[in-house]
Formats: sequence, C-alpha cells, structure tokens
Amino acid sequence: MTLLITVFAAIISTVVWYAGAYRSNMKVGFLCWLYWGAAIMWFVDAIFEYLEIKSKFFSPAPLDMLNDSFLGLSVVALGLLIWLINILITDPRCVIKECLFKRKEKTEVIAKK
Amino acid sequence: MACFLVPAAEAVVTTIITKIVKSKEKEEKVKVSFSSGIIEDTTKIKFSTKLGWLNKLLWGGSALLAFEHIWHGEVVPFFPFLTAIKNGETADMLAEMASAGVIMAILVTSVWVCMLFVSNIIENRAICEVKLNKEIL
Repeated sequence: MTLLITVFAAIISTVVWYAGAYRSNMKVGFLCWLYWGAAIMWFVDAIFEYLEIKSKFFSPAPLDMLNDSFLGLSVVALGLLIWLINILITDPRCVIKECLFKRKEKTEVIAKK
Repeated sequence: MACFLVPAAEAVVTTIITKIVKSKEKEEKVKVSFSSGIIEDTTKIKFSTKLGWLNKLLWGGSALLAFEHIWHGEVVPFFPFLTAIKNGETADMLAEMASAGVIMAILVTSVWVCMLFVSNIIENRAICEVKLNKEIL
C-alpha cells in the first residue's frame, strides 16, 4: 500500500510538472525525483517481500493495510514538507525577499515620518 | 532493517563526484529546434546536471525510506541507532543490506542510465533537425 501511494504521488507530481509547472519555478521536478526514488526502492522491498510470503503478499490483513496506508500518506506528507522547506529556503520566485524588502521599505518610511 | 543505507552511501559518493565534475566542466553551446519549429541557441545539458538527477533520486528515496524505518522502529534516535545491532541481529542486517540495499542502488542507477540514454537520443535528434533545416535552406 505504501508503494502504491508513493507511485501515485510520483505520477501525479510528474503530470503536474509536465503540464507546465517546469516553467513556473516552483521546483515540482524536485518532488518528482523524491517520490520516484522512494517508489523504486519500495518496489525492490516489495519484490523481496513477495519472494518471502508469496501469494499472501496480495491479500494483506486489513489492519496491516490500514497501517501501510497511514505510512504511505505520512510519506507523501513528508515529501511535500521537504519540497516546501526547499522552496522557502531557495526562494525561486523571490517572494520572501520581496516581502522582507517591502517590510524594510515600510519601516524606513515610518522612521522618516 | 537498514537497506536504505546502501543507496544513501551511493548518494554521498555521487554527490562528491558531481561537485568535482561541476568544477571542471565547460558550457557547450548548440542550436536546438523546438516543436514549434523555432531554432534557438542553447547550452547542452551538462553531465553534472545529469548526475544531479541521480543524486536527487538517491537522496529522495533514502530520506523517505529512512522515515519508513523510523516508523517501524528499526532506526532509533539513540546509540547504536539501529535496532538490529542492539538486538544482536547484525549479521541479518548486513545480509539484508547486501541483498535488498544493493539491488535498490543498482535499480535506481539503472533507471538513471536509461534516462541518460533517452535524453541523449532526444538531444541528438533536436540537434540533427537543426542541421537538416540548414541543409534544406
């Protein structure tokens, strides 16, 4: 379930990137690399699990499935969080810089008054 | 147990290689034709940029896998950091790293090699189209 959720996250982020986000400086590509990297690694994990438990791999217990889904969603959230921190630190659209600069300008005007 | 450590170790090595390659690389300008038929001067994708793709795949995957290991209690925030070592299952952990971990690293690298191959084909095709257009004109 974790693999499936991560693969969906990777596909969605790639589609968003291809649809035009690569021009928008929002670094959606970063998110694609993150999710695809994890999806490939979990795919290997899934193969090893399949070799160990064979057909039981495709019929997990409901509680295990719930736990795995919860983990998958947490992984997606963590990926988004890493992407958001990267966006805020690198500030590709200079939003934070502009915000700080305007604030400085305003304080200068107030000081002059 | 700790399979993510193998791709993470590869990521460290490839990041260092990327820094070295980046410092020695020079820009190569080429003319490329886009789908709209416009021919533009552009720089060829550097090898360090392509190595960056591998870095992002490896670091991203390792980070999310590390989170999964923390989730399952296989990685702990105190010494020796790995539950397998604490429980005396070091041999099992190393065996898992040598099997699953190494295959993870190989598969990610193979995907990257395929991407290199495809990107080279796309680049060469775009450059060839410009040459053909010049010959026709």
